[in-house]
Amino acid sequence: MDIIFAPLQYEFFRTGLIAAPLVGALCGLLGVYIVLRGMSYIGHGLSHAAFGGAVIGYVLNLNFYVGAGLWGFLAAILINQVVRKNKIGADAAIGVITTASFAIGVALISRVRHFTKNFEAALFGNILGVTLNDVWIVFAVFLVTSGVIFILYKRLLFTTFDEETARVYGVSTAWVDTIFSLILAASIIASMQILGVTLIAAAIVIPAITARQLTDSFNKMLFYSVIIGALTSILGMYCSFYFDIASGASIVLFAAATFTAVLIIKRFKRPKMEIQAPGLPEVSGEIPHEHPHRHEGVLHLHPHQDIEDRSHDHHQAEHGDEKGEAHPHPHPHTHGREKHQHDHGHPHQDHK
Amino acid sequence: MAVPFIELKDAVGGYDRTPVFRPVNIGIPKGEFAGIVGPTGSGKTTFLKIILGLLSPLSGEVTVSGVSVYGNKKIPIGYVPQVETVDWDFPVTVEEVVLMGRCKEKAFLPWNSKKDRQDAKNLLERLGLGELAKRHIRALSGGQQQRVFLARALISNPALLILDEPTAGVDIKTQHNVLHLLGELNKEGMTILLTTHDLNAVAAHLPWVICFNKGIIAQGDPEDIFTPAVLKKTYEADMNVIRHGDFVMMAHSTPLSFKKKKRQP
Repeated sequence: MDIIFAPLQYEFFRTGLIAAPLVGALCGLLGVYIVLRGMSYIGHGLSHAAFGGAVIGYVLNLNFYVGAGLWGFLAAILINQVVRKNKIGADAAIGVITTASFAIGVALISRVRHFTKNFEAALFGNILGVTLNDVWIVFAVFLVTSGVIFILYKRLLFTTFDEETARVYGVSTAWVDTIFSLILAASIIASMQILGVTLIAAAIVIPAITARQLTDSFNKMLFYSVIIGALTSILGMYCSFYFDIASGASIVLFAAATFTAVLIIKRFKRPKMEIQAPGLPEVSGEIPHEHPHRHEGVLHLHPHQDIEDRSHDHHQAEHGDEKGEAHPHPHPHTHGREKHQHDHGHPHQDHK
Repeated sequence: MAVPFIELKDAVGGYDRTPVFRPVNIGIPKGEFAGIVGPTGSGKTTFLKIILGLLSPLSGEVTVSGVSVYGNKKIPIGYVPQVETVDWDFPVTVEEVVLMGRCKEKAFLPWNSKKDRQDAKNLLERLGLGELAKRHIRALSGGQQQRVFLARALISNPALLILDEPTAGVDIKTQHNVLHLLGELNKEGMTILLTTHDLNAVAAHLPWVICFNKGIIAQGDPEDIFTPAVLKKTYEADMNVIRHGDFVMMAHSTPLSFKKKKRQP
């Protein structure tokens, strides 16, 4: 118990412990849409773009959130437009736009050498230096993002699944995409101070892709991803405290370990085989298999329910006894669910 | 003559200001069941897209029941895209896909109303998918997958149903079932437009066929328009038409001779 409560006496830890799961849940929520759209690196890109904006903002004496915010929104919308209007893949558009924005920041830092602000926190994150103000901002962004996703849930799902068909069905996918870009940019900027520019991509991708391993249903994937994002953040915070490592790195490593564990467990716990061939009865748990075998010159086919029954030797022996039995109906035929009508040694006269 | 339900007046479709086909003039009456045939790259899909309102015509006019389609969300069109365009790894169940079809109507809550779910259930049952509502879309046979996307199109009770290659990549039995189902829907009054590659198994059975190759080559009852001349113009290849009673059959006129000659005993 002490392990859990001991760190709570420090104020920085308490603040961090509120901020981290909020950021984790937020990134987990948006991550589902991002991963399914194959835009995994947009988190990475946008945070870099916003970093450029933050530096510009600093040079112009603006608030961090104003500089990073404006720049981040701009980059997000630009990516959207470039992908929509030109035949450029999302990955390439992200690469060009966001790296250029980041480069502006780097150029400015190298030009104006006398910086008083330490940009290391923005690059690598410093959850332990998070102020209450930052927590409020994350909280506000979390509320707005959840609200938008709640209202746009169906449209976002349809747009993510099949943008073109969604348009035929009356979904304004351009609007949906723009709004999504905005909440994404806001979330990344709010999370940046806490996780750092360089680690945000992992916080977005890992919970979502872990959740995907656990379910085939969209709403469950959303739910799991949020939970995984929040939980790994809390546990990562404790790891960070006890092992004295950077909190952002600790959270990301914890999430990566969870993902690996899920993959390994999944490998060992293979789901029961399900065979769903059209026209074949659906059998789960066992693998029915058919094999042709011949008796009295007639080719004969029927399914075996017994998974162990692989050798088929018995047929020769048993059907061999049936010499002289007539087959009045044409073969081959397949039997449906009736379990092994032709019990071994059973003559086939009942098929008249 | 009845007022056409779908009407294209000098409509040109294309991308980035480059036309894909010549100006098209066509009127398709309500209740028609028409197939569009033509070689790959002939502009069939672009033709569908300007009717669906996905593409703005480069010039001319495209209307469905009298209103211009591009940018208009009020026209109830059901659309079944090509199976290959679907992301089969996407985590959605059959029911989730079908209910996407209800997206535009008062969709401000993330969950589905009881009525929506009941409608989806009834529809899935009608299409023989009643048991599969909770399945992932990958865990279905080809024919079932095709019907799931048909169900998504039908749940909004569209007046017009457009299908892009609904019979491609499925076996003969499924092909038959899908066509039967479409025939039934057409009898109930739905206007249906589909593209197909299959002249013999699909196009020859439809009441109306449009031969398309960078523009309309011919249209009419397949019995009348499937002639060597029209087919040659459409496919740019020589084809034979064999008639047997009511039955029309198309084949290459120059049989490929890859087969080895039978050995003389």
